[in-house]
Amino acid sequence: MIHIACRNVWKRFVTNSVLRGVDLIVNPGETLVIIGQSGCGKSVLLKHLVGLVDPDAGNIYVDGEDITQYRRKKLFEMRMRFGMVFQGAALFDSLTVGENVGFALREHTDKTDEEIAEICERKLRMVGLDGVQNKAPSELSGGMKKRVGFARAIALDPECVLYDEPTTGLDPIMADVINNLMIKLKKELELTSVVVTHDLASAYRVGDRIAMLHEGKIIFTGTPDEVRRTDNEVVQQFIKGSAEGPIEAGFE
Amino acid sequence: MLGAFRSVGIIILNFFQNVGGTFILVGQVLGCVKELPRTMEQTFFQMQEVGIGSIPLVMVTSVFVGAVSSVQAAYQIQDYVPMVFLGTFVGKSVILELGPVLTALVVGGKVSASMAAELGTMKVTEQIDAMEMLAIDPVRYLVLPRVVACLVMLPVLTIFADCLAILGGMVVANIALSVSTATFTEGLRLFFYVDDVVSGLLKAMAFGVIIGLMGCFNGFRTHGGAQGVGRSTMHAVVSSCILVLITNYFLATVLFRIIFYKGA
Repeated sequence: MIHIACRNVWKRFVTNSVLRGVDLIVNPGETLVIIGQSGCGKSVLLKHLVGLVDPDAGNIYVDGEDITQYRRKKLFEMRMRFGMVFQGAALFDSLTVGENVGFALREHTDKTDEEIAEICERKLRMVGLDGVQNKAPSELSGGMKKRVGFARAIALDPECVLYDEPTTGLDPIMADVINNLMIKLKKELELTSVVVTHDLASAYRVGDRIAMLHEGKIIFTGTPDEVRRTDNEVVQQFIKGSAEGPIEAGFE
Repeated sequence: MLGAFRSVGIIILNFFQNVGGTFILVGQVLGCVKELPRTMEQTFFQMQEVGIGSIPLVMVTSVFVGAVSSVQAAYQIQDYVPMVFLGTFVGKSVILELGPVLTALVVGGKVSASMAAELGTMKVTEQIDAMEMLAIDPVRYLVLPRVVACLVMLPVLTIFADCLAILGGMVVANIALSVSTATFTEGLRLFFYVDDVVSGLLKAMAFGVIIGLMGCFNGFRTHGGAQGVGRSTMHAVVSSCILVLITNYFLATVLFRIIFYKGA
């Protein structure tokens, strides 16, 4: 199982310092949820874990190896162990659903078209979709797109899946379907998962541990119960969703 | 005052960032050329997009460019040079200059804009990141087929454009200028060199690479949603057109003053 660690990670975009010395550990087999305000750098941190964004300073370790030192080829090899579900699903709109799910299989394996089609069908059934292989992504609803994104992320049987705002933009019922799916995939595939969200119901439901990112640093890490009971004012304000408190809401 | 220095500084930094970024992309494309056989399907698809998709535009442009060059040449030589040389003037100007350059400008505008918009949309909707996450090199899968397609199809379109432009010039010479087809083709043959055609096609190949690279480079550096896609598309068209014109001068110097130089 995969072990991920960030050590003193810094990232700045022009004048905006997004990450200011992030330290974070993702233990093998756990689901770590990263919460925080919109625009605080959660997705940027998630992309650092797989080398989609390079840190200005600091290191990211996957199974003890510093991936910031990897060349592109090694980075691609490392990414084969990961899957990622993007906020807007990020399906390739020039391909059908089946081609999206089978894309990595076609590129990285010697499987025949029939074998790939069979795997795609199985993965799509795992996420509760059947008979959509030949549809275009534009024909799907938001929830279905997300689930196709899940199927694509697990196509290569990864050890770790990263979820970027998996329930954002979905109705509460579909959000619960997605939460159930994350729990199911974790159990069935023994996945390590990192979930970025500001949906607290989802965080409590799927997370083994929750980490809060605030002003570029991880200011709190604990189990869902510890999060509920903490006396950290910033965490309390965030989970209560209060405009009053140490977090500035952006306007008076 | 400080603001002005800052603005100039940002412009200079952006310029060098773009130049550096383009060279890095060139390096990455060259680095994955050996994997071209794996991307033949995408390359053929792009060749259709670039080639067949540009035919109507090239047809209209070339016929009228040929026609106007015939009228212009006739006007300039009417009192000094026999009309038998009209075909020579039209042929030379089309094969050496107008064919490759105008084809590159009109096809470049269309193709680089479409590439930048497509890749830019993929970038802002995280499809490029998704591709990276599937351990598929976007340069190999997206850029290489487009650059190769432009490299191959620009010379093909240029030959097509040359033929149509000469035909357009010949028709106008015949109908409007009373120069017979036989006279026109005689002039065309008089100073026809294969070297001229080769140099025109070499230029077209270089322009093809520029168009493909500018479309892809600007698409890949898109950020900021729909506005960003619009900005990248505009930058792709402007940069490909400017680079085609600048490269044209340097290539003309190298080709006509060094490689195919016929002087003493």
